[in-house]
Amino acid sequence: MEDCLAKKMEITVSEAEKRTGRNAVNMQETYTAYLIETRAVESQSEGQCAPVDSLWRRYSEFELLRNYLSVTYPHIVVPPLPEKRADFVWHKLSADNMDPDFVERRRIGLENFLLRVASHPVLCQDKIFYSFLTQESGWKEMVNETGFQLKADSRLKALNATFRVKNPDKRFTELKHYSDELQSVISHLLRVRARVADRLYGVYKVHGNYGRVFSEWSAIEKEMGDGLQSAGHHMDVYAASIDDILEEEEHYADQLKEYLFYAEALRAVCRKHELMQYDLEMAAQDLTSKKQQCEELATGTVRTFSLKGMTSKLFGQETPEQREAKIKVLEEQIQEGEEQLKSKNLEGRDFVKSAWADIERFKEQKNHDLKEALISYAVMQISMCKKVCLACERPGQCIYRV
Amino acid sequence: DTSLAEVNSFSPSMPISPSSMINQYKFEDEPELRDLFITVDDPESHITAIETFITYRVVTKTSRGEFDSSEYEVRRRYQDFLWLKSKLEEAHPTLIIPPLPEKFIMKGMVERFSDEFIETRRKALHKFLNRIADHPTLTFNEDFKIFLTAQAWELSSHKKQGPSLLSRMGQTVRAVASSVRGGVKNRPEMFTEMNDYMETFSQKINVLDKIAHRIYKEEKEYFNEMKEYGPIHTLWSASEEDVADSLKGVASCIDKCCKATEKRMAGLSENLLPILHEYVLYSEILMGVLKRRDQIQGELDSKVDALANKKTEKDLFSEEIGKLEDKVECANNALKADWDRWKQNMQCDMRSTFINVAENNLRYYEE
Repeated sequence: MEDCLAKKMEITVSEAEKRTGRNAVNMQETYTAYLIETRAVESQSEGQCAPVDSLWRRYSEFELLRNYLSVTYPHIVVPPLPEKRADFVWHKLSADNMDPDFVERRRIGLENFLLRVASHPVLCQDKIFYSFLTQESGWKEMVNETGFQLKADSRLKALNATFRVKNPDKRFTELKHYSDELQSVISHLLRVRARVADRLYGVYKVHGNYGRVFSEWSAIEKEMGDGLQSAGHHMDVYAASIDDILEEEEHYADQLKEYLFYAEALRAVCRKHELMQYDLEMAAQDLTSKKQQCEELATGTVRTFSLKGMTSKLFGQETPEQREAKIKVLEEQIQEGEEQLKSKNLEGRDFVKSAWADIERFKEQKNHDLKEALISYAVMQISMCKKVCLACERPGQCIYRV
Repeated sequence: DTSLAEVNSFSPSMPISPSSMINQYKFEDEPELRDLFITVDDPESHITAIETFITYRVVTKTSRGEFDSSEYEVRRRYQDFLWLKSKLEEAHPTLIIPPLPEKFIMKGMVERFSDEFIETRRKALHKFLNRIADHPTLTFNEDFKIFLTAQAWELSSHKKQGPSLLSRMGQTVRAVASSVRGGVKNRPEMFTEMNDYMETFSQKINVLDKIAHRIYKEEKEYFNEMKEYGPIHTLWSASEEDVADSLKGVASCIDKCCKATEKRMAGLSENLLPILHEYVLYSEILMGVLKRRDQIQGELDSKVDALANKKTEKDLFSEEIGKLEDKVECANNALKADWDRWKQNMQCDMRSTFINVAENNLRYYEE
């Protein structure tokens, strides 16, 4: 962690701006651009501030960066981006991507993403990432030139591998189950939380109705008038306080959402392992069958049923020269195959090793972050209640005084 | 003795909750001066060939001389309470008779004999009798005494006496007719003010009642969602190791929140909702009382007009008029006194109820 970029450079996503432009099909569109500011951290500066570099990026460029990182480092649990569209909304929250609250929360999420990448021991050293932060023009072309899209595995291949792989590493299978569980439990939690927030909002807002009635009632009362007035006022304050409370709760929801998306990143690593393992198993199988063919040709025994075998039985055997040629070809293929298998095995082992190292790192990060998130959620709830306690005491005193 | 001194002083450093202080003054007379204690409890279901109905046990303890015994226990059904109320209204048309719980609740879709409904009704009936007992005039009403003391058969035979239904209807018709002729014309200023006040009050209390019910409903739905919220955290903790404890902690806190919400809801339904409902009914009653006063005044005015037109039969009329004037005078005074009393009570009740709600809320947030 000592060498990671985050220690050498201050990174912030400081602003968001609405822009209009023309998209790929030359149609007008509105989008939001985010200002990324970077500044080198001088290790020993006495009131000396390095200059700030800045450039604008939009969400799709962040997506491109992340795709590049996922393909280039398949053994790494790549940090997720904040959600593309507002999900888990409750009634007051808008589902509109242009809504200022949504944009603000996304800005924070994007900054968080950059900081996570910058503090990752492997990812922070990537050149493309560095230029994302520092080079405004020509970055897109640079990314595409790496040809990473070709390396991307097809979804279909991956699905196929998931079903057909025979001996995946047990740890990865467990991890897969864990990430599925994590995904399902967090999304369930977020859904219920959204409903709870909705209901709580309702309770508070109806209390606001009291305010108006109390003040109208106080107009016809003599002795009780003042008490009713101030009680009404406090009801209004109470009803309005829900907005702040729920805004802070959104922050908690965002922290959980990050780990919801992280679960997907975990799954991606597992999928890659399954793919590699399947590839390996297929290669081994292929090699075995070739060796078998070779043996059959050499000894002339037909061990397994094959159409070739049948046809040669029916239409006569091949000449010894033809057989020799075939055997030679097979022997070459077998040699190639064995070398390939060796390297695939090595690849696989390396993958498992480095993936597992990153997974351990991720686990620690997750445990730390979740604990902190839960604690700050609890602290926030407590302080909210304390505030309301104070607010409640006042109307009680008012009424009593009357 | 320091303890005695503390009880009698009103220093602000005393740790008495405001509501407990108010409770001492809940009933208008000092508790030590009350000599009639009534409870309504023990609902029982009776099934006959024709109908099914509920009776309630009414227990009276008293030290008053005019009662033959110091303790009475009788069983009464809702019809009997209705009878008592109408007798009181007849005898004291311009006094404020406390409200009875409604016959049945339409909108709540509450089954007629559900436990909740019976309990709410029982509490309201208990309040009804106690309010009568605390009223300086009504408490000495003869029918009230019979209601509290007579056995079932005694009561039915007593009920059969008194003006027949037909004659009572006749009275009502005459009253309506005379009010149409305008008892409003000579209405003293004070009663117009009362009328205006009641109109606004009635409006506001109805709205408050609706709001309170709405809040109750919203809280209930919030509670239902919260019930699901806690267990998810527990479920999650099953797949975690390190974070499991924190998750379980959050889960148990949320469950505590649920319980606190339940308590808050119970507080609402036991205190605020019944009081608001009672005063919704009261506002109707008061409008009725004001109308009846106007009717009596109307009778007087029409007789006075008649006198002005017919110079003959003067003596007869003047006696009648004199009687009516007295009646109006009495009615007005009675109403005024009762009105003041009622307002004081209302303020007291409202105060204590709201304080109760505020304290409940406080407790909820503290928990």
